[in-house]
Amino acid sequence: MTNRARVTGAFLAAVLSTTAFNGAFAAEDTIKVGILHSLSGTMAISETTLKDAMLMLIDEQNKKGGLLGKKLEAVVVDPASDWPLFAEKARELVSVDKVSAVFGCWTSVSRKSVLPVFEELNSILFYPVQYEGEESQRNVFYTGAAPNQQAIPAVDYLMENEEVERWVLAGTDYVYPRTTNKILEAYLISKGVKPEDIMINYTPFGHSDWQTIVSDIKKFGSAGKKTAVVSTINGDANVPFYKELGNQGIKAEDIPVVAFSVGEEELAGLDTGPLVGHLAAWNYFQSVDNPANAKFIETWKAYTKNDKRVTNDPMEAHYIGFNMWLKAVEKAGTTDTDAVLDAMIGVSVPNLSGGYSTMMPNHHITKPVLIGEIQSDGQFETVWETPGLVVGDEWSDYLPDSKDLISDWRAPMSCGNFNVATGKCGGKGS
Amino acid sequence: MYRILQTVLFALVLFTAVPNLGLRAEEGLRVLVNALGQAKLSDMDEHIAALTKTGDPKVVPILEALGEGNLYARKADGQVFLTKESGSTLTLTDPVTGESAGEAPKTALSKVKVNNGVRRAVRTALGSLTLLSPDRGARLKAAQSVLQSPNAEALGAVESALAAEKDGEVRALLEQARATTLLISDRPAEEKKEAVRLLREKGGREALPILSSALGSADETLKPEIEAALASIEQTQALWAAGQNVWYGLSLGSVLLLAAIGLAITFGVMGIINMAHGEMVMLGAYTTFLVQEVLRNSYPGLFDWSLAIALPLAFLVTGAVGLAMERGVIRFLYGRPLETMLATWGISLILQQSVRTIFGPTNREVGNPSWMSGAFELGGLTITWNRLWIILFALAVFAALLFLLKKTPMGLQMRAVTQNRRMASSMGIRTPWVDALTFALGSGIAGMAGVALSQIDNVSPNLGQGYIIDSFMVVVFGGVGNLWGTLVGAFSLGILNKFLEPYAGAVLGKILVLVLIILFIQKRPRGLFALKGRAVEA
Repeated sequence: MTNRARVTGAFLAAVLSTTAFNGAFAAEDTIKVGILHSLSGTMAISETTLKDAMLMLIDEQNKKGGLLGKKLEAVVVDPASDWPLFAEKARELVSVDKVSAVFGCWTSVSRKSVLPVFEELNSILFYPVQYEGEESQRNVFYTGAAPNQQAIPAVDYLMENEEVERWVLAGTDYVYPRTTNKILEAYLISKGVKPEDIMINYTPFGHSDWQTIVSDIKKFGSAGKKTAVVSTINGDANVPFYKELGNQGIKAEDIPVVAFSVGEEELAGLDTGPLVGHLAAWNYFQSVDNPANAKFIETWKAYTKNDKRVTNDPMEAHYIGFNMWLKAVEKAGTTDTDAVLDAMIGVSVPNLSGGYSTMMPNHHITKPVLIGEIQSDGQFETVWETPGLVVGDEWSDYLPDSKDLISDWRAPMSCGNFNVATGKCGGKGS
Repeated sequence: MYRILQTVLFALVLFTAVPNLGLRAEEGLRVLVNALGQAKLSDMDEHIAALTKTGDPKVVPILEALGEGNLYARKADGQVFLTKESGSTLTLTDPVTGESAGEAPKTALSKVKVNNGVRRAVRTALGSLTLLSPDRGARLKAAQSVLQSPNAEALGAVESALAAEKDGEVRALLEQARATTLLISDRPAEEKKEAVRLLREKGGREALPILSSALGSADETLKPEIEAALASIEQTQALWAAGQNVWYGLSLGSVLLLAAIGLAITFGVMGIINMAHGEMVMLGAYTTFLVQEVLRNSYPGLFDWSLAIALPLAFLVTGAVGLAMERGVIRFLYGRPLETMLATWGISLILQQSVRTIFGPTNREVGNPSWMSGAFELGGLTITWNRLWIILFALAVFAALLFLLKKTPMGLQMRAVTQNRRMASSMGIRTPWVDALTFALGSGIAGMAGVALSQIDNVSPNLGQGYIIDSFMVVVFGGVGNLWGTLVGAFSLGILNKFLEPYAGAVLGKILVLVLIILFIQKRPRGLFALKGRAVEA
């Protein structure tokens, strides 16, 4: 299976990289922006949209006159959902194509695979997806949500508004769900939830037979206490999961499911009628009603020439990240990595949910947290949001390993894992 | 809060001061309804309670619309309407008079927000309001909703409904509903004991949460009674759970059978290691999607027939692709399994990426026809319709294929060619055509499997990848070249998987199954039902 995927990837990447390479020589004196998203393989389902979104943003910026008097030029490569290939493609972008910044990656394992490359070649990566935290790198800006910007507010919402006392933490078996669930479990226990009221369940990637698990959830939920499911189930496996929930008659009024990986794009492949009321926690919904978002949606639909295309949270993260980078480059007056890294911290740009997002010294950004309920038209309706902006917390306070760590990339500290207990830089992680 | 009290008081004054004037009652109702448009989510409960208290039958459609998200407030004057969506406009109905109020663009109205809490409150309110409805279906639904979300205040209504109820099924439900509401009310312990006894006899899983929450607040005399009831229900539930597991196993087995049965022909009978088999399943699923798109746009009335229309089409489409594959590539590679494997794998990649280019990388929506949605209860078993149909469909395909192979001239030729090609050829059979048709048949069946699998899985370019390994596993385990082996293999792997899953978890369960198969193949290299005789060596 992996072998198969790898060879596919290599083949397609070879084809695509030659085209990208040709493109790179086409124009003189441009600022190059790398786009590192899988266009084939299992992750293409999510990442292709982000590639299109980036192309649109670059296109829009060029219409406004580019950056520092130069046009922006996108360099697209296809890492084909193959984690080692991400590292190779990243190296190619930075050392061959000489891009000034890279926007890319989706899965945590692909990000981990490119980290050493960005550190070694001293370039910049913008990572747009919600992730498990426990990381802060000098060369990476995390524009997606950290666990405290998504998972913890969602659990708080369920505890306060739905009075949930019993919890099912269901996830796909890989690093993001496992770490997030570890943080959530510690958080729930700190809130007085008994361990026997927490059920944790992991399933393989692309799991399609949910009968047993859904009936287990039903059974777990019939203990006389209000029960909710916190789902970190990834991508493809969600559709059969929700279908099975609908068919076994689990309604959101009885056992709500709050998901962290299900957005507008995932719902597009589903009949959402039976799912009305199930929840998702994000920092952005397409349904958010404000002029900036309306314009963004309109541009997106025009750019893709498809009236039915939806927008989602990682797209907004790229929107924020890209605008922050533009601002930082203008502030620094150059695209030189070190100057931009310094200029980035403190940069503040409008987000699409009606406020401003600021880059913090830990390379995470401030965002509002929205809880939405699925509607029958495949959109979310915001039912709750945090009163203010939430600062991304890279090292979770609820894990014993990381609660003493902080990150601050400003001089003189310039450290991604400063241990406040020992007063030294260095600790768990890198 | 102040605003609610104000509106409620105002409405009450209107109601009590001039009780006989219908017009005034209408005014009061309108005030209450319009208040919904301004309410905050957290205050909705009280608004709904106030509406329910009026006891007005007009409240029922209003609450139904609220629960379904069809209640909108006009931005200009705050008037609340029942609406029906048609494109970007809404057809408005006055909630109080029930008269049509014209149409309005969506932007001129704002939806009355609902969340799960509001929906729950609506469900409870509707339950007590429609208990005495003349329509049997409405009463049944009402009794169910009272059972699902019991409310001590509704006890009186439930009891009066029970006294008036004639229909057996509704009565049984109402009795349970009465027992559950009684348990949370402040009635004397004697009556509660009676209720516990009734729940113990009748109650399935729904009774468990009610009893266990009642256990916490019950007094000493009632506690042993409830505990005994809980234990007895849990015992019967455990028995049913075993049965349910067998059902899940059968259902998983039928999916495996469907995915593998086409491969049983191409790999099992012809010996071609066809790595593009999964993509045939995927093409079948996309055919279903296309059929549904056409029906949705042009003949919405035929939607329930979409699968029946898609089945032959999927068979033809994938059969044609299979035929082209065999004629174009595979026939040059007979007797070279490694090259065949690489070539078919290459084809699978080409097919995947072309579907991705044509339809886009994201999932496509394939709807369930109404007869495939939902579930029904059989004793303590929950049986979902789509799974039931898939099991029946898998068995039907199996039977048809068996018939074709054993009882028709074409089947005879197929078997002859695969068993002894040269002898068959010298008897005048055109072996190349038989090969091509056999391969097309195997591919076509994979396409039909895709129609069924589109009902339970993602329709995305990756659909086939998830099934290819499982299909090979089933065919190898069941015995290459034997259809019965594929049937037994699929169902036994399905049941084994489902019995391991609760103990080992989904991830470890899958690994264990794989390990067991490897060990089994060591012991019996030809699988469960090995072919015997000279044909095997050929």
